Amino acid sequence: MDWMQIGAALLIGAMLVFLIPRLPAILRATPKASGRQWLAAIIPIAVVGAFVFLLMKLV
Amino acid sequence: MATFQPSLSRPATSVVATNRLIRNTYSLLALTLLFSGLTAGLSMVLAVPPMAYLLCAGGALVLIWFVLPRAARSANGLWVVFGITGLLGFGLGPILSLYLALPNGSSVVMTALGGTGVIFLALSGYALTTRRDFSFLGGFLFTGFIVVLVAIIANLFLQIPVLSLVISAVVILIMSGFILFDTGRMVNGGETNYILATVSLYLSIFNIFIHLLHLLGIASGDD
Repeated sequence: MDWMQIGAALLIGAMLVFLIPRLPAILRATPKASGRQWLAAIIPIAVVGAFVFLLMKLV
Repeated sequence: MATFQPSLSRPATSVVATNRLIRNTYSLLALTLLFSGLTAGLSMVLAVPPMAYLLCAGGALVLIWFVLPRAARSANGLWVVFGITGLLGFGLGPILSLYLALPNGSSVVMTALGGTGVIFLALSGYALTTRRDFSFLGGFLFTGFIVVLVAIIANLFLQIPVLSLVISAVVILIMSGFILFDTGRMVNGGETNYILATVSLYLSIFNIFIHLLHLLGIASGDD
């Protein structure tokens, strides 16, 4: 393990220390959604996944 | 600077305020992306070592966590935004240099850049035209992001190539979700500060670019 990996681990560890305590409040503030609302978000994200796959095939 | 009239603290229910917020956010986003490109070019010319990426990312995180929340409601917030995006761009320089030095590297970088642009424009366009509220994604996206961070730390020790590929793919999908979430918040009044909105969108774009670069590097056999 080199210094870059140790540095990256420390940086990401700091992000986790900062983010994890905020997660319960974020989960409480998140409204519930219907299946149709989820679908409206999942479809474009799935299209992004397909687009990335296409780019990987083309490059 | 006259373009960036603070739309902070205006009622987001007003269509005029929402349109102003969107216009200011995308104008500032365009400027910050340009500025990032300039600082990335500068760091490539200076041939800074790869460790600069970590130092710049650390500096940007300090600005995002400790300075931006206090400065975002004043004109000083603009300097902070350019500080964050400039640092992240400067840190990107050594990574771009590494890719460009590889055979087919310029094609990989340009495809990642174009692909990121297409993903951002398509998702933003979708969220803006449908005017849907994607706030229900918040908990899911933040939880997913934390899981990915844990997986990244684990893979620093495990060094599993397939896990690295899966992490990059998942980060791109999560950041795509964040673009929908942030744009939906702007449209529906959940975010009324164009400085904070710009930083959120910038970070999503930045992460998509980095991880798309990684995936395309692997796919082309250069990474």
